[in-house]
Amino acid sequence: MAAKARKISTVEKKLVGVADVVIDAAQRRRDPTFAIPVRSLSNVTFDERKGLIELGKRKQARSFFNVGMAKKFMQTVLVADALCELQRANLTTSLREIYYRTKHTIKNSHENTLDTQDESDPLIEDLEVTLAALREELHVRAENAGSIVGPLVLVDDGDRVDCARLGKGGYSVPSIVEPEYLEIRQCTADFVLLVEKGTQWNRLSEDKFWRTHNCVLLTGNGQPPRGVRRLARRLHEEKRLPVYVLVDNDPWGYYIYSVIKQGSINLAFESQRMAIPKAKFMGLSSADPEAYELPRNVGIKLNDKDIARARELLGYTWFQKKDWQTEIKRMLSSGLKYELDALANKDFQFLTKKYLPRKLKEKDWLD
Amino acid sequence: MGARQREISVSEFFTKNRHLLGFDNPRKALLTCVKEAVDNALDACEEAGILPDVVVKVEAVANGGPPPPASQASRFRITVTDNGPGIIRQQIPPIFAKLLYGSKFHRLRMSRGQQGIGISAAGMYGQLTTGKPVQIISRTGARSPAHYFEVQIDTKKNEPLILEKKQIDWESPRGTQVTMEVEGRYQKGRASVDEYVEQTIIANPHVKLTYLTPEGETKEHPRTYDQVPESPREIKPHPYGIELGMLLKMLQDTKSHWVSGFLAGDFSRVSPRLAEDICKTAGLSPRARPRDVHGQAAENLYKAIQSTKIMAPPTNCLSPIGERAILSGLYQQIKGDFYTAVSRPPAVYRGNPFVIEAGLAHGRGPEQAQESQQKKAIPLAEGESDEGNDNELARVIRYANRVPLLYQQSACAIFKSVLDTTWRTYGVSQSRGALPAGPMVIFVHMASVWVPFTSESKEAIAEYDEIRKEITLALRECGRRLGAFLRRRERAFSEQNRRDIFELYIEEVVASCNRLKGGRLPVAKLKEQLQKMAQKRTGGEKTDEVLGKNGSGPEGLPHSIIVTPEGVEGEVPTMIADPPAAASTNGNEHPAVDGKDAEKSKAPAKGHRGKARRESTGRAAHGRKTERRPRSAHPAAKSSAHAKRGKG
Repeated sequence: MAAKARKISTVEKKLVGVADVVIDAAQRRRDPTFAIPVRSLSNVTFDERKGLIELGKRKQARSFFNVGMAKKFMQTVLVADALCELQRANLTTSLREIYYRTKHTIKNSHENTLDTQDESDPLIEDLEVTLAALREELHVRAENAGSIVGPLVLVDDGDRVDCARLGKGGYSVPSIVEPEYLEIRQCTADFVLLVEKGTQWNRLSEDKFWRTHNCVLLTGNGQPPRGVRRLARRLHEEKRLPVYVLVDNDPWGYYIYSVIKQGSINLAFESQRMAIPKAKFMGLSSADPEAYELPRNVGIKLNDKDIARARELLGYTWFQKKDWQTEIKRMLSSGLKYELDALANKDFQFLTKKYLPRKLKEKDWLD
Repeated sequence: MGARQREISVSEFFTKNRHLLGFDNPRKALLTCVKEAVDNALDACEEAGILPDVVVKVEAVANGGPPPPASQASRFRITVTDNGPGIIRQQIPPIFAKLLYGSKFHRLRMSRGQQGIGISAAGMYGQLTTGKPVQIISRTGARSPAHYFEVQIDTKKNEPLILEKKQIDWESPRGTQVTMEVEGRYQKGRASVDEYVEQTIIANPHVKLTYLTPEGETKEHPRTYDQVPESPREIKPHPYGIELGMLLKMLQDTKSHWVSGFLAGDFSRVSPRLAEDICKTAGLSPRARPRDVHGQAAENLYKAIQSTKIMAPPTNCLSPIGERAILSGLYQQIKGDFYTAVSRPPAVYRGNPFVIEAGLAHGRGPEQAQESQQKKAIPLAEGESDEGNDNELARVIRYANRVPLLYQQSACAIFKSVLDTTWRTYGVSQSRGALPAGPMVIFVHMASVWVPFTSESKEAIAEYDEIRKEITLALRECGRRLGAFLRRRERAFSEQNRRDIFELYIEEVVASCNRLKGGRLPVAKLKEQLQKMAQKRTGGEKTDEVLGKNGSGPEGLPHSIIVTPEGVEGEVPTMIADPPAAASTNGNEHPAVDGKDAEKSKAPAKGHRGKARRESTGRAAHGRKTERRPRSAHPAAKSSAHAKRGKG
């Protein structure tokens, strides 16, 4: 009865559509099949005009009457069922809880529907892509893994959060930051600085860098989670703030920057609303050690994995700009990588007092 | 000093070195005594062409006071009774109370015993540990009287001492009964009397063996194979098999007057012409007197023999168990899903012909497999897996001339060959340097006129390259068949699984769809539609045929039996459970053997109903098998002809 009275959301309709695929196919004596967009490097294209990585048109069929796929098909239906349950109850949940919710032993057997969470996580991404529904819309959240501090005021669940008055800890960025959940009430900053490492974010926050340079400090502790990327994008879009990215000088740092700027291969379908094509790479550049006179002994030798990854990056279409090719090749030829933390070799506050001010003044960044 | 030097008798030597004969500890001593008595009984029966009917009784004896429980007892009375030909009166004392006295040492003929030490050593051990004499009752026929003897061995002179002899009344018309009292320990498990009895039955399915355990149980092992083993023939030594010392002795002992005659007459495969060739190579006159050949001349002769090409010894002197009999033994005694047996063609090591036979039983039997399936219905948590207790290793059972070898497994050529076989090729897992894993029994038998043991106690077979090679070849053939069976079963299993998978998942998918549709789904209809599709897509009814469920038999798997819950495939050698065939072959052929016919008719009814049923369902399911039946009766007829000859 309650279900009837409630307005059915579009996402819920899409999820029910999963059941319809099965029912229709059964009626027409066809093998029930889902067409799931392929999420791999081979099926993404880089749109140079938009500056975005976009998902291609290739799809893979997942059909029920195929021994190799039968279990995955069954699991997909189960996950859709659980997600629909969330919609109807209007709850949000984590990936792990979805796993537990859908796990049970199949009747008359010793087989479990799922054995590990590794099996259910990709299925949720599959459904996101197939149904063109965002993870947030599916009510699935990730861990809060980011922090923000700076001259801005947010409204979360009706609570006013002044990010200038949260000490050096800042505000923990939730995983769902859509306008319905998080409102940006006020922002007086001039730019956003997205830092790879929590340690360097702490340094900047402690030194009140955001106050001296009037900016918003964001971190995602490594590869930034969706919440952080989406919030940066919103600040960029809604408040017209430029976004600068500060990462380690290694292939992984470059890739983090590229994910923020153009989107990731795995979540290419979300580039549209996550990517910040105008984001700038502030550092650490492979040119910096020389420019800022970092001694060679604070570098770390590139290992085989680093070299292989750097070579891969050189091949990506979105790293074809001349400056980037030079940047990556310079790192490869030096054979060294540098961590942000290495700047402390000169002075504990070198980052805050010398490095960033000079970078900003010289507008020394890569696009 | 010289005054102290004196002769040592063999008996004295063995009194001090009893471990050489397998009496190292009380537990092993008990086994050795039983073993020697049973070996003698079986040898006697088979030589006379009688189907052996042996009763083994082991009982705990009180050592002052009431008899203790079997596990605590330190003294046992062993009684072994057979239906053999009996022993003539004069021979009884030396056979049982004189070491190295017997019929087996001086001939080259396949038999269980080889040296004539066994039973008298057992008696001597009893005499040493309990002071009790060996008691013998023997009767050679219904018309002769039964003789009762009590004998001991004079350890200094190695001569029997007769303590008592008399004629008595005995219920058996023919046979021998030996009773010994020995110090021992009874403990079940590996290398126990129980295991010995079990393994003896496997390799000797033609024996009816009743075992009365010290715990008061009666274990009856009925005869499952109705043929006395073909009587092995005696052969002369092959020239390649002897050493210089032996040659010297033979030169002295021979009855021939010429060396050439000696060579041609006392050895196998040496023709008069070849003998002359050898003499020529050795620089000896063929007409030389054998007794005059010694020193350098003998050595030259020996070298000449070794360098001359001589035909391999005759191999028809061996009497292997046979594939059918091994299958029968394994099938009756070991629960499994798959059985196979391989007899290799005869081969030769150091001039001694031998035959290697291998058998294999794999699996736990259909009953137990189903049981374990039902037991495992507990849902599994993350990180848990299905196979937790599957680290069981294969069991190797070794035989030499049909006698199970229970000790010194790792020193034995058989065990080493099993280890060296790469079982992984055949779908069985095996860790480095370990036995293959899984519920499996590997049976290996070596039949030879002279089995090369590593010690007098006959526990392990020595490693000769030729022997290793034959064992390995036999094991590989068994392995290949096992591999074929496992692959076939795996294939059938995965097809069945395929259908099961769909059937299981349909339930889940339908239930989820129903929830997605808010519980307003015609569930039964959707399920039916999907199930129909599943049937169609897994080949429908045809799959069963492809899986071989229509009873096409174990094709490409000769001499194998496959047991499944649905029935049995292959030539099931349960001849005893087949009354018409059994009755026609023995009723009139063995009139002398009393109680045999009665036992025969009893056998199918007694505790074998299950097996009979198993067989009949198997045959019903495999219509084609009926064609093979007449053939299976054929060997039985041949065996009875043998038995007749043996008696005459």
